[in-house]
Amino acid sequence: MAFDEMRLDESGLREPYRGYDRWFRQQDPLRLTEKMQDAERVFRKTGITFAVYGEEEASERLIPFDIVPRIISGSEWRKLTQGIEQRVQALNAFLDDIYHRQEILRAGRVPKDIIARNEAFLPEMIGVRPPAGVYTHIIGTDIVRTGENEFFVLEDNARTPSGVSYMLENRETMMQLFPELFRQVKVMPVENYPQLLRQSLSAVKPASCEGVPTVAVLTPGIFNSAYFEHAFLADQMGVELVEGQDLRVVDGHVAMRTTEGYKQIDVLYRRLDDAFLDPLTFLPDSVLGVAGIMDVYRAGNITIANAPGTGIADDKAIYSYMPEIIEFYTGRKAVLGNVPTWRCSEPDSLKYVLEHLHELVVKEVHGSGGYGMLVGPAASRKEREDFARKLSARPSNYIAQPTLSLSTCPILTKSGLAPRHVDLRPFVLVSDRIRIVPGGLTRVALKEGSLVVNSSQGGGTKDTWVLDD
Amino acid sequence: MLLGRAANGLYWMSRYIERAENMARLVDTGLRLALTQTSTSADEWASVVTSAGARIAFAERYSEFDAVTVSDFLLRDITNPSSVMASMETARNNARMVRTALTRETWESINEAWMALKRILADPIDERELPKVLDAIKRETALIRGAFQGTMLRNEIFDFAQMGTLIERADNTARILDVKYYVLLPSVAWVGSSLDNHQWETILRSVSAHRSYRWVYEAEYKPANVADYLILDRRMPRSLAFCYRGIAEALDYLADAYGQRHACHQLVHTKLTKLKTCAIKDIFEEGLHEFLTDFIRDNSALGDQIAKDYRFY
Repeated sequence: MAFDEMRLDESGLREPYRGYDRWFRQQDPLRLTEKMQDAERVFRKTGITFAVYGEEEASERLIPFDIVPRIISGSEWRKLTQGIEQRVQALNAFLDDIYHRQEILRAGRVPKDIIARNEAFLPEMIGVRPPAGVYTHIIGTDIVRTGENEFFVLEDNARTPSGVSYMLENRETMMQLFPELFRQVKVMPVENYPQLLRQSLSAVKPASCEGVPTVAVLTPGIFNSAYFEHAFLADQMGVELVEGQDLRVVDGHVAMRTTEGYKQIDVLYRRLDDAFLDPLTFLPDSVLGVAGIMDVYRAGNITIANAPGTGIADDKAIYSYMPEIIEFYTGRKAVLGNVPTWRCSEPDSLKYVLEHLHELVVKEVHGSGGYGMLVGPAASRKEREDFARKLSARPSNYIAQPTLSLSTCPILTKSGLAPRHVDLRPFVLVSDRIRIVPGGLTRVALKEGSLVVNSSQGGGTKDTWVLDD
Repeated sequence: MLLGRAANGLYWMSRYIERAENMARLVDTGLRLALTQTSTSADEWASVVTSAGARIAFAERYSEFDAVTVSDFLLRDITNPSSVMASMETARNNARMVRTALTRETWESINEAWMALKRILADPIDERELPKVLDAIKRETALIRGAFQGTMLRNEIFDFAQMGTLIERADNTARILDVKYYVLLPSVAWVGSSLDNHQWETILRSVSAHRSYRWVYEAEYKPANVADYLILDRRMPRSLAFCYRGIAEALDYLADAYGQRHACHQLVHTKLTKLKTCAIKDIFEEGLHEFLTDFIRDNSALGDQIAKDYRFY
C-alpha cells in the first residue's frame, strides 16, 4: 500500500488536507465534474497544448488536468527547500569544478571516465566562467515521496527543465474555478514566478553590460513540444521570444533582427539543447541556433541560461554520485537522498539488474520524458527479454532503480476520489541568490496502479499547494 | 521594439484571416447566383474560382465547375493553400508564432475559430448546409476582427497586422473587378445602360457591397458607378482607395514611431495620390483592365517592399 498524501488510512485525514477536505465534503460531485470539463475547455481555448513527437494526427494534445490539488504543509516545504538549495549549490559548484580544476576527479570521488566519455560534457566549456559564476540558473528537481518523512530526488533537471507554465496555469485555472476555496485555505502564491525569473536572469547579466539588460527567450519554434511554455514565459516576463533565424552576431554581440534594425541581447534564456546552439561549434547543420554565439559567450558578452554543458550535472550516470558530490562541495550530508541506483556499467550491478529486471525500473542514461525506459513489474516477459538484450549490448547506457512505491494523491474520477501515483517538480532559480517558488508541478499517473507520470506517456498534472501555515 | 519575424507573422496572420473571409464571401456569391439566375451556373462558379485566384490549381484537379466541387475546393481543401481551412491553419500558425504580441482575446478568437472551422469543415459539405457553413466562417472571422480591433494597442503590432488585412483586401477587390472588367467596359455601357442585374449583384455581393451600394446610388446600377464605388470611394471599406488610405496611415504611424521613412512610403503615397485625384473617367480612358493589372502588380510589390524595409526576413 503506497503512502497517500491525503489519508493515512480509511479514517485518518492527513493534516495538510484538513481544510480542503472540509470544503470538498460540501461540494456537489456533479458540479465538480462540470468544473473539470470547464477546465478542459479553458485549456483548449487558450491553446495550452503540448506536441507529442511521432504522432502526426493528434499533434497537439492537452495535458490532462485534475482538479484535486496536491497539498504540502509549510513544514514539509521548508525541509524540501533546504534539501533543494543544498543540491543546486552543489550542482553549480560541481559544474564550475568540472570545467576548471576538476578537484572532484582528482580526489577520486567521481570516476574520470564518466566525465571524459560523456556526451553531455562540453570540452568547449573548459576554462569558461559564465557571468556571475552561475552555470545552471533554472532547475526542476524531480522529487518522489514514499512515506511521511521519506522524500527522494529522482532527477536533477539542470538543462532546460519544462513544466513551469503548467504550474502557473494550473493555479490560475483553480482560482478561476474555485475562488471560494482559496479564501478558506491559505495557499502560498506562485504567480510571481515570471517576475522572479526575469529578476534572476537580469542579475546574471554579463559584466560588460551596463544598465538594464535586454533579455530574450530562445525557442526552437512553434513545432517544439514546449512552445506554449516558451511563449508563455516570454510574454509573462515581458521579453522577446526569439528563434535562431532572428539572431546573428553583430559587432561581437548577439543581436536580434527587429523592424528597426539589429538590437543587442544581453541575457538569453535558451530552451534549446546544447547541440543546436551554435552550428559553428556543435551540430553544423543546425538552423535553430546562432552561428558564433559561443565566441560571444566566451568573450563574456552574453549570458546563456542555462550555460552550455550543464547536462553533465544532471546526466543519469552522474546522478548516482550526487550524494558524494553534495558532500564534497557543501561539506554536509545530503538533506534529500537519492534513489538507490545501480550503474549498469559496473559488471556486478549489471548482473544484479539482469537478474532482477522484473522488480526494477531501468532508464537510459541520456533519455528523458519517459522514452526508452522499462518499468519491470509492469512489463511483459517478452518486453523484459527484449530489454535485457539491449541492456547487455550497451550496459553503460543504462541505470536501474528499485520500483519505488510513489506516494498517491486522490484524483477525481467518475466514481469519486481515487488514489493515483504522483511526483513533484519544484522550480528553482539561481542567480546572486537561490529562489524557490512555493509550489511546483505535480505530475500524476492517471491510469490506476501506473507509476509513469510523464505527460508523453499519459500522465496528467495537478495544482500544487504549499500551505501558509 | 518588434522582431522582424514577428512583423512578418502579424502581417501574414491578418492576410490569411482576410483571405478566409473573402473565400467564404466568394462562395456565397456563387451560391446566390446559382439559385437566382437562369443562365448556366457553371460559368458563374468558374468565375468564382478565377476571382479566388485559384483557376490553375483548380484546373489541375477538376474539369467541372459546380457548387459542390468549387465550394469543397475553396473551403475545405487543404492542398489549396488559399482555401478557408488552409488559410485558417496558416493564420493560426502565424498567430502562435507571434502569440506574445497578441492580446489574450485576439489569440483565443483565432484559436477558437480554428477549432470551430476544423470541426465544421471536417467532412464534405452538403449543398443544403452550405449557407450555414458560410455563415459560421464569416462569424468566426468577424469575431477575430472584433477581438483584434477592440483589444489591441494601437502600436506597431497593430500597424503591421492592419497592413496585412488591407493589402489582402485590396488585392481581392481588384481581382474581383478584373475578372468582371468586361462588364464594366465603356464600350458596353459606360454611359449607363442597365445590364443584366445579376452581373452587378455578383460584383457587389462578393465585396459585401450590394446593400450599401443601393444606399449610395439609389439602386441604379451603372458600370461607372459600380467601378467608382469599388475603386475610388473612400467610404466603402473594401474599395481600393479605402484600403490604401489605411495602409498609408499605418505606414505613416510607423515612420513617426521609428523616425524613419522607407521606399515603401514613397510607393504607398504615389498610389494613394492617384486614387485620390483621378476620376473614374480617367481610369476608363486609361483602360480598366490595364489599371487593375497594374494595381495588382503594384500592390504585391508594395507588400514585398514593406517586408524588405521592415526586415521581415
